[in-house]
Amino acid sequence: MRQDLPLFPAAASTGAHQVDAITYVWLVVAAFFSLLIAGLILYFMTRYRRRTPDGVGAATGSPLLLEVAWSAIPLAITLVMFAWGARVFFYIYRPPSNAVEYFAVGKQWMWKFQHPEGNREIDELHVPVGQPVKMIMTSEDVIHSFYVPAFRMKQDVLPGRYTTTWFQADRPGTYHLFCAEYCGTEHSRMIGSIVVMEPTDYQAWLSGAAPGQSIVASGAQLFESLACNTCHRPGPGMAARGPRLEGLFGHQVVLADGRSLVANEDYLRESIVAPAAKVVAGYQPIMPTFQGQVTEEQLVELIAYVKSLSATPGDGTPVSAEASRAGAAATGPAIAPGATAPTSRAPATPTAANPAPPGR
Amino acid sequence: MSSTHSALQHHFDTLDQQREASTFGMWCFLVTEIMFFGGLFTAYVVYRLRYQAAFEAASNSLLTWAGAVNTAVLICSSLTMALAIRSAQLDRRKAIVWFLLVTMLLGATFLGIKAFEYTTEFREHHYPGPSFHFDAPPADPNPHHAEMFFAIYFCMTGLHAAHMLIGLGLLSSLLAPAWKGRYTPEWHNPLECIGLYWHFVDIVWIFLLPLLYLFGAHGTK
Amino acid sequence: MSANPNATTPDTARTSVTAPATSDLALPRENYLNAQYGLRSWLLTRDHKRIAILYLISVTAFFFLGGFFALLIRLELLTPEGDLVGPDTYNRLFTMHGIVMVFFFLIPSIPATLGNFLLPLMIGAKDLAFPKVNLGSWYVYNLGALFTLWSILHGGVDTGWTFYTPFSTTYSNTYVITAALGIFVAGFSSIMTGLNFIVTVHRMRAPGLTWFRLPLFVWSMYATSLIMILGTPVIAITLLLVAAERTLHLGIFDPALGGDPILFQHLFWFYSHPAVYIMVLPGMGVVSELVAAFSRRRIVGYRVVAFASVAIAILGFLVWGHHMFVTGQSLYTATIFSVLSMLVAIPSAVKVFNWTATLYGGAISLETPMLYALGFIGLFTIGGLTGTMVATLGFDVHVHDTYFIVAHFHYIMVGGTIMAYMGGMHYWWPKISGRLYPSFLSKLSALIIFVGFNLTFFPQFILGYLGMPRRYWSYPPEFQVLNVLSTAGASILGIGYILPLCYFAWSMRYGKAAGDNPWGAVGLEWTTASPPPTHNFDVTPIVTHEAYDYGQAPVLGEEARVV
Repeated sequence: MRQDLPLFPAAASTGAHQVDAITYVWLVVAAFFSLLIAGLILYFMTRYRRRTPDGVGAATGSPLLLEVAWSAIPLAITLVMFAWGARVFFYIYRPPSNAVEYFAVGKQWMWKFQHPEGNREIDELHVPVGQPVKMIMTSEDVIHSFYVPAFRMKQDVLPGRYTTTWFQADRPGTYHLFCAEYCGTEHSRMIGSIVVMEPTDYQAWLSGAAPGQSIVASGAQLFESLACNTCHRPGPGMAARGPRLEGLFGHQVVLADGRSLVANEDYLRESIVAPAAKVVAGYQPIMPTFQGQVTEEQLVELIAYVKSLSATPGDGTPVSAEASRAGAAATGPAIAPGATAPTSRAPATPTAANPAPPGR
Repeated sequence: MSSTHSALQHHFDTLDQQREASTFGMWCFLVTEIMFFGGLFTAYVVYRLRYQAAFEAASNSLLTWAGAVNTAVLICSSLTMALAIRSAQLDRRKAIVWFLLVTMLLGATFLGIKAFEYTTEFREHHYPGPSFHFDAPPADPNPHHAEMFFAIYFCMTGLHAAHMLIGLGLLSSLLAPAWKGRYTPEWHNPLECIGLYWHFVDIVWIFLLPLLYLFGAHGTK
Repeated sequence: MSANPNATTPDTARTSVTAPATSDLALPRENYLNAQYGLRSWLLTRDHKRIAILYLISVTAFFFLGGFFALLIRLELLTPEGDLVGPDTYNRLFTMHGIVMVFFFLIPSIPATLGNFLLPLMIGAKDLAFPKVNLGSWYVYNLGALFTLWSILHGGVDTGWTFYTPFSTTYSNTYVITAALGIFVAGFSSIMTGLNFIVTVHRMRAPGLTWFRLPLFVWSMYATSLIMILGTPVIAITLLLVAAERTLHLGIFDPALGGDPILFQHLFWFYSHPAVYIMVLPGMGVVSELVAAFSRRRIVGYRVVAFASVAIAILGFLVWGHHMFVTGQSLYTATIFSVLSMLVAIPSAVKVFNWTATLYGGAISLETPMLYALGFIGLFTIGGLTGTMVATLGFDVHVHDTYFIVAHFHYIMVGGTIMAYMGGMHYWWPKISGRLYPSFLSKLSALIIFVGFNLTFFPQFILGYLGMPRRYWSYPPEFQVLNVLSTAGASILGIGYILPLCYFAWSMRYGKAAGDNPWGAVGLEWTTASPPPTHNFDVTPIVTHEAYDYGQAPVLGEEARVV
């Protein structure tokens, strides 16, 4: 594969073929205009060579039609290519709903991967062919970039945030993984491979490699060992000091200062490492921060666990345990999308509709 | 226009041309200053939208009375600057110097009050860095968010104060020529240009005041 | 004073130079070069022409310094393993190459040398509006250069010329603050130059010189100056914040302290994208002059080209986000920046078509400056087309931060700007120095540069699409062949740049006297002596004709011909 001088890398994903199609057309257009200009220059400079020392050129101007034409035609071409490129871009960045989520953590100077089944890898990621794979990624330090040339996909990996991308590999093989955002001394050695396998081979590899529990199960264990359940899933008859997490992911959350948002991975991560940043309406800001106590991998497991709680919304402790909480907007905003603070609750403590004025 | 006026430079044809070029140049420079402060205003907008509660609380902790007094001081200094130029138009040599000195005094007063504010804030450990401490509001107890406000506050007011200092330097460079009678009704363009600069520094403050000092004070709510 | 037959005619926009007798061509007895001698007369000069020479010396020195770094980079990349220098050294090399070339060569090059020299001459003025500010700008440039040189001597910076946070604010162990301050200070030099040019063009045009009679070089200098004064302050405040964050531990760009590293990228690129138009617009202005002079024809679509320069300046401020397509910004934001980036390409395309159309029906002479101009048009076309390619969202995801991007911007900056700069130097050298240079050698150098350039950078397009990322010290072995080709080209390119240094220096002593107008071109600068007197014109010209009015152009005498 590498003996002759290849001009294109292997195209091994559904997205890669779409990008290559754009490239082919652009190459033709670019070659056409480059050769046209070069050809015209070469032709004119010979045809209109100065014949006498005092020769001058023609005094004519440019017809308006010509100016309009060579403005409008490039504009049309570029707008068409823009629209096509935007379509492919939207395809590249909108993972299908059945994509399996894998997690990546970039740090100086390695890639750490976590399979949903629990397997961990460093610098190498095994995936099955034909399976949409959604990468949820973060960085532990500086900005990196997850780049697989064979898939024609790239996504910057940022500290303090999750970024996502996805691909569906359609050819088994081993493909380069590069870090594409300069990140320090060993930037050029922060490389690895994506190993795409037939589904049966992949299953064999999964069980053959260090068999672990799924990340959801790991997350459930962490939830217990870090005592999250004491506030977020109290026993019967006890007041919940924190919002219920069942059915939280993907739904609307109303905050103490009146803002509302949809709970996503970034929100969950921030709630664990910097819980004071966004306090849910009706609750006291008493959650301690777990910054420094959990690694990025453990964060990924906890988040995967909380996400799994939304598969069956409404699970967990009965509503009566919440009634003693005056603000009990807990179940309301957590489950009903777009709901504002229910007005039927006792307004003794500040509700989401009238957040407490900021401390004077 | 007299082409032998002592202020006419060799590459200009008339004093009018020189004056117009000079004034236009100062306006261009002020445009660059707007872009310069613009970066800080951008950072302010971004973080205020994100950390509203913390920003409100931090803004409330500033000495609003100091900001108010400083605003009055600066506006008066712009008035005296304009009066200095008016004096030049009326060919009143000593009045020019007098008004310049008062402008400088008011500018120094501004800086003095600013220094007082800074020392107060330093003493309360509102200065961003390892020893930062601020009683964060319940709505947003993350101390880093209030710290962000103070980082931007010190950068913006610090940059503004640096411009005031430069302004004081520029004003002092006008004193000697003014005393010697170089500024006449026919030619007092340096006064006008430095006046423009001074008014600009004043206007920047007029924007800083509400954004930094006033937005947290809602009254009762 | 030199016997200038044109001195008495008010209508000096078009002159007829009677063919002088063979032995009469001599340097004018008094010109700006010999008006005063001594170091002080140069270091304290107010003459825009002398200041242009001062800048010429500075930017040339930095060009070769940046080129030296490039040489080391290309030598390292001959082999896949990192073996010539260590990874940290390599990271410093590409950073300093970028900083030196962008801020200390490309941005000042044409404006501060050719612009400074020619702008007053082209509009019939005695000097720029603010000569002392002009001299001050050179000193400010040198102060910035001093900071940067200090940081180079202490090991250099390793953040990339883009200074992305949090690497530059928290993780880098090099002298980031010094380098940032160097660029900060040099930026003020840029602002001072731009401000000077704007006021000059507005206020100091000769009688009769309306806006639409201005040479297109002046239009492009004006558009460039607009960008300089509007954009440069933003990089200034951004780098100041980076320095403040490093010293005072503010958290503006640090996520651990509530900050946002992407905010840095927005602020940085808000200047740095218009900056590339600061680098290319002057080159386009030069090319307009060269194509007109060596086709002896008015540029086709004069007004369109003039407006296109201003359009590029304005639109250039709206597209910075195309450097950030893969940062995780919203899809809709990316879409807007992509379509605007397509729009900004159109005025450039229109210029290329107009230049080509000017050749049609021209009376073309392939002197060295014209070779550079034609090379510019071809290479800029390729560079610009690859620009529209990378503005295409789906395509950019693959090639962002690869050698494709490196090739794209080098086609514009080296194949474009530097070729135009060389063309301009060769065109106006007789005016600046009063001397001619060897024609064959100069044409040979142009050819060497053209070949060397393409061999260096075309393989990089392929490398980039194959997936080789930028800023890689070591790379997978399958990329080696293309890297070797690129390095071979670079060595040829280097030779091409050294030759002009040699023969320009030679010409100062041994070159034939050029006379007022060796090219038979139309323009106010050609109506005065070569080199010009300190005050530029003995009599202020009064302009009554359009630009490039070759209808009754100067007649060349045999002796005044260059070839």
